[in-house]
Amino acid sequence: MLGKLDWSAIPFDQPIPLAAGAVVLVAILAVLAWVVVKGHLPYLWSEWITSVDHKRIGVMYVLLASVMLLRGGSDAIMMRIQQAVAYQSQGYLPPEHYNQIFSAHGTIMIFFVAMPFVIGLMNLIVPLQLGVRDVAFPTLNSVGFWLTATGALLVNISLVVGEFARTGWLAFPPLSELSYSPGVGVDYYAWSLQISGVGTLVAGINLVTTVLKLRTRGMNYLRMPMFCWTTLASNLLIVAAFPILTATLAMLLLDRYLGFHFFTNEAGGNVMMFMNLIWAWGHPEVYILVLPAFGIFSEVVSTFSGKALFGYRSMVLATMAICVISFMVWLHHFFTMGAGPDVNAIFGIASMIIAVPTGVKIYNWLFTMYGGRIRFATPMLWAVGFMVTFIVGGLTGVLLAVPPADFMLHNSMFLVAHFHNVIIGGVLFGAFAGFEYWFPKAFGFRLDERWGKAGFWFTFLGFFITFVPLYIAGMLGMTRRMQHYDVAAWRPWMIVAAIGMAVLTIGVICQIVQLVVSIRNREALRDRTGDPWDGRSLEWATSSPPPAFNFAFNPDVRGEDAYWDMKARAQQQSLEREEPEYHDIEMPRNSPTGFVCAFFATVMGFALIWHIWWMVILGGLGAFATFVVFAWRDHDEYVIPADEVAAIDRINLEERRKLVSMAGAA
Amino acid sequence: MAMTATAGHAHADPHHIGVIIEHPGPASKRIVTAYGFWVFLLSDIVMFSCFFAAYAVLVGQTAGGPKGAEIFEQKNVAIETVCLLLSSFTCGMASIAADVRNRFWFYLGMTVTCVLGLIFLVIEFREFADLVARGYGPSRSAFLTAFFSLVGCHGLHVSAGVLWLLTMMAQVFAKGFRADVLRRMMCFALFWHALDIIWVGVFSVVYLLGSAV
Repeated sequence: MLGKLDWSAIPFDQPIPLAAGAVVLVAILAVLAWVVVKGHLPYLWSEWITSVDHKRIGVMYVLLASVMLLRGGSDAIMMRIQQAVAYQSQGYLPPEHYNQIFSAHGTIMIFFVAMPFVIGLMNLIVPLQLGVRDVAFPTLNSVGFWLTATGALLVNISLVVGEFARTGWLAFPPLSELSYSPGVGVDYYAWSLQISGVGTLVAGINLVTTVLKLRTRGMNYLRMPMFCWTTLASNLLIVAAFPILTATLAMLLLDRYLGFHFFTNEAGGNVMMFMNLIWAWGHPEVYILVLPAFGIFSEVVSTFSGKALFGYRSMVLATMAICVISFMVWLHHFFTMGAGPDVNAIFGIASMIIAVPTGVKIYNWLFTMYGGRIRFATPMLWAVGFMVTFIVGGLTGVLLAVPPADFMLHNSMFLVAHFHNVIIGGVLFGAFAGFEYWFPKAFGFRLDERWGKAGFWFTFLGFFITFVPLYIAGMLGMTRRMQHYDVAAWRPWMIVAAIGMAVLTIGVICQIVQLVVSIRNREALRDRTGDPWDGRSLEWATSSPPPAFNFAFNPDVRGEDAYWDMKARAQQQSLEREEPEYHDIEMPRNSPTGFVCAFFATVMGFALIWHIWWMVILGGLGAFATFVVFAWRDHDEYVIPADEVAAIDRINLEERRKLVSMAGAA
Repeated sequence: MAMTATAGHAHADPHHIGVIIEHPGPASKRIVTAYGFWVFLLSDIVMFSCFFAAYAVLVGQTAGGPKGAEIFEQKNVAIETVCLLLSSFTCGMASIAADVRNRFWFYLGMTVTCVLGLIFLVIEFREFADLVARGYGPSRSAFLTAFFSLVGCHGLHVSAGVLWLLTMMAQVFAKGFRADVLRRMMCFALFWHALDIIWVGVFSVVYLLGSAV
């Protein structure tokens, strides 16, 4: 009846996950109770859960990522403490549990923090920057988000019911095959990624189509803001790479569930095929994450330097070059696995070549700042901090791209330090820069600068205090994923790294405090003009938060930096514009399809993990029924009448006139 | 027009090279839908290419089990191929009928497509069942694993296509040739033709080249 599920799945003997799970459960129930008692449920349902508005979905993505960042961060804290105390002792974590923690940490940080964070920001901002009303497929967008949430939910369920994979974040066979991992851990891993992977794929299709087919009048390719370009590149990579992940995980699941022999040791299976497939997805994935961050830095650096982006065209070219080359370097992830010197040399050189367009970008940002009027607001701090950090990460990356050096350093703490260096310094700093930069656009008030800056400095210093010791420990020969060790020389560095982790944690707390303080002071921090940073691209041309329809008219773009250009022209023409003629606007209607789909996907995923076959069938039927019901509906749009559009737009125009006339007077 | 636009905004776009064709604004719904679906199809083809690659890697790994030449029946494959190629033709006829709003030819074209698809599926299912009965199931060897997965994945797509086809017929029956129904029909037709293209790959790589190993 319940497949493999019974009471032994609940870890009564392990206090840490049980306590953590209980706390999370109580928190969730408390929030739900609060929502129901206060009567917020109808509002949440109609305004957020069923919303197909790209801005709302973007905000929910970022929220999901932030919550999961706390979860993944807790795992990181536990690991740093374990390695600090586990010198010639077992530490406080049993090996089994430690292995689950590092696997869950990697999986969560990549798939449920970095991915939803950048996809959320792209969702929120790209249609605004393109001057359009929504993404290409609004309902599909909601489906994509909720499927990602399903994946995150399943990973968190594994904390209490059953176990998570002990295989590392990529679940290499044969360790992940049934004979070596007979529990449900790998199944939790594979199904949560499989389901959220579908969500990511539809988000990718949606954003590619949006950028290529839904640009406002005059928005030629070479007038698109950099963030739109990097979004395009990143989502092209999603469309080309995520199906590889889907296929690879499907093969692994077939091996585990039906006794197939793709990657087994017996009957001719080929383990190296898994390495090739997973990294053919995994390497582009790195660039899927970091390209949008590059876009964010481009926007931030140019806005806070008060200058157009230096070398815009070379930036576009560099972005697309990275997009292509990122598919040609996957083998550098297994230089030591016997491909031979010729293959290693070719992939080593390709890996070094990808540093060239990245270097072009760094120089472009520096030259954008050169001679500019720089304002060191919080987003700009993150951008500058990124440039310093990322260069270090890039240099150690080039070192690892040299096959002989890699033979010494692979699977050492040096490698761990390297990829945290680029992913924290690149993606996470980018995500925070984007968060600080676009927060006023999403919510209509700015974030507190003092707490934001404190958050930056603690995170920045904490990052170096944590990861420089790991580089050194790696040089001293410490391999990764160690539960405990006996080498005295590593001990001090592990203790320093743990202290760094504490500093990093203070940084995170500062950012949480920043959010709370800013929400409390939101009246004082209110952004009435919609353009708090003196921005350059179209998202600043509408009010904050933007109305459901984003723009009353499709903006007419005449050049790069569309909104900067408009502001300049408005000043010249001293604002004597006639009231335009407003029209009715059709917008897509809300739909519970995404939420209902994700509900059935959760049921199905959970049932598959525990082999509860009747429930699998039920979930499948439910998903199909949802699809048919959605396909059957007759009215998928509603109309916002012209006078309502006019009323909303007039307020915005009035504030903007004040802004421009003030700037003109000054 | 384009020339004047260029001259007019030359100062606003300092980098422009030659004539700039002004972007006219968002594309129509029909184009956006078809474009998005094309992108999806490309991603689906990437997924298939992984299974093709796995087959190419594993085709010689028979682990003492049968080789391709011993189990493939070219006659069956020929019939399957004819069915699928013909069904693409009838699907095309149904699409044209939908475009000219002719219900009779639409239903006829879709019905024939459906029947041909089902014949294809029955033959494939019998081939699989026969192999399993002889002890040559997918867990016998890595070669058979790759064979069953690649061909089965295509078969699953055809099955989903048949379900979709029936849904389309029901939608035309209930709602007529409405714009959104026509857009879905266009996506369905793209999907069905793409399956045909993938089958040509399966047919060549699995059955023709695989027989030679």
